[in-house]
Amino acid sequence: MKKYTYTDKKDTRSGFGAGLLEVGRKNDNIVALCADLVGSLKMNDFIKEFPERFFQVGIAEANMMGIAAGLTIGGKIPYTGTFANFSTGRVYDQIRQSIAYSGKNVKICASHAGLTLGEDGATHQILEDIGLMKMLPGMTVINPCDYNQTKAATIAIADHKGPVYLRFGRPVVPIFTDADQKFEIGKAWMVNEGSDVSIFATGHLVWEAIQAGEQLAELGIDAEIINIHTIKPLDEEAVLKSVAKTGCVVTAEEHNRLGGLGDSIAQVLVKNRPAPQEYVAVDDSFGESGTPAQLMEKYGLNAANIVAAAQRVIKRK
Amino acid sequence: MSEDINKLERIASQVRRDIVRMVHACQSGHPGGSLGCTDFFVALYFNAMERKTGFDIDGLGEDIFFLSNGHISPVFYSTLARAGYFDVSELATFRKINSRLQGHPTTHEGLPGIRIASGSLGQGLSVAIGAARAKKLNQDNHLVYVLMGDGEQQEGQIWEAAMYAPYNKVDNLIATIDYNGQQIDGATEEVLSLGNLKAKWEAFGWDVIEMNGNVMQEVLAGLAEAKSRTGKGKPVLILMKTEMGNGVDFMMGSHKWHGVAPNDEQLATALSQLEETLGDY
Repeated sequence: MKKYTYTDKKDTRSGFGAGLLEVGRKNDNIVALCADLVGSLKMNDFIKEFPERFFQVGIAEANMMGIAAGLTIGGKIPYTGTFANFSTGRVYDQIRQSIAYSGKNVKICASHAGLTLGEDGATHQILEDIGLMKMLPGMTVINPCDYNQTKAATIAIADHKGPVYLRFGRPVVPIFTDADQKFEIGKAWMVNEGSDVSIFATGHLVWEAIQAGEQLAELGIDAEIINIHTIKPLDEEAVLKSVAKTGCVVTAEEHNRLGGLGDSIAQVLVKNRPAPQEYVAVDDSFGESGTPAQLMEKYGLNAANIVAAAQRVIKRK
Repeated sequence: MSEDINKLERIASQVRRDIVRMVHACQSGHPGGSLGCTDFFVALYFNAMERKTGFDIDGLGEDIFFLSNGHISPVFYSTLARAGYFDVSELATFRKINSRLQGHPTTHEGLPGIRIASGSLGQGLSVAIGAARAKKLNQDNHLVYVLMGDGEQQEGQIWEAAMYAPYNKVDNLIATIDYNGQQIDGATEEVLSLGNLKAKWEAFGWDVIEMNGNVMQEVLAGLAEAKSRTGKGKPVLILMKTEMGNGVDFMMGSHKWHGVAPNDEQLATALSQLEETLGDY
């Protein structure tokens, strides 16, 4: 198992804030919008440097999505910022009609996704957003794993013409990817090559998968770990190549097991190379209040769950 | 001026013919609101708006228009075709399979003249605000127009946008409400009363003017007045009184023709009331 260490921990939303500032400096057409969550989205540095390119819309997310769609008419590249729940479920029809169907170049940037939002509870912990967004034709769906990758993704999506859903989170997590990485949309990232089981993880679960890989190695299981930061378009080639070698799959995501990464992978397997698969995901339920670590344990989303799932799926080969 | 008005009225007559023929041909669509807004569309595209030839979706250096109540697509398509954005023969494909003229307007099929999809109500004003802000960032002094329905005023997003624009001094924007008092289930006063719309929009900080939308001279004067009020720190709203079905006597003033197509006999009656001025498609 390839060794991954970290010297620093940061929240992925701070990676978004840093990426927004950097891409804003490179490209005058970048504009940002926020619905009364500037501090939470870490947008202050961008606002300070580019006040005329920032639009505070107040607590009116539907209007924010419409204004963002309109700003593209005239060549602007709008980045909208609010919590994942208010970036998707609350404004689904606005995104569907004014952005996705209209083919508008809007970057929907969503923080506080999933259970790790923590104490605010289920009203704010959306676990359905990946599914909602990936079902929209033409929508790109990205869920990076740490600060550096979120920053790189934030910069990279400016060069992609078309709507993007960029999902990140609230808690401080280890930084284990390179600071100067090149982010390629739709290109899976090989974390560790292995031969016994393929673990496809996204977002915060990538670090958990690495922890699981180390524990599995101690048990004599050689796990291949792949970071699927882009859920749509999915890197089908990487998935199939890995499964050809291992013959079984664990998927890991901070999302409902219905409609997330696991289902995207399953669809590729069913069509091309059927293989046993275990889901590490929320079992079709809402979340609740608690610390991120407590919630990840209670809802079965930590390294221990990935280890158990790998052991189960290997037996099914 | 009177010569201009005569010319515009003749275009409007042809657009009204196009509308009833399009809706009849596919036996679906929304003739009532389309006929009611015909004079407004013709005045806008053939007089008020500064437009470039050809179509560029970004609309840099020209006035641009958004239709929020997308169901009145027949009047939009006919006006665009008559204004030269695409060939009038394509009007025959309205709502049919493999057409660029979808039931509700869309950019998806690449129809020149359309800049946003609309149909699900309440979204166009926000889009227009975004486009108006983009124009300011681009130092483009042209205007953004948007048309909404009056029933559409029941959507919450309208009021989010209504609150945003005055506070942010979006004063390169002219929004118009087609105030015909009708919606699918009946009179707006009976379905969900809009109350005093003028007072509501004024309370939100808009510069509101009223206009009769079915007398060409008054439409021209109203649009000129609205234009003169732009650039003064406030967005402008035109409350445009129209009659649903205007120009076809049996369709006028009733919600029943909101989304119903005429049969062969009704089509003949309607066409007998509308002079063919520019040649049917």
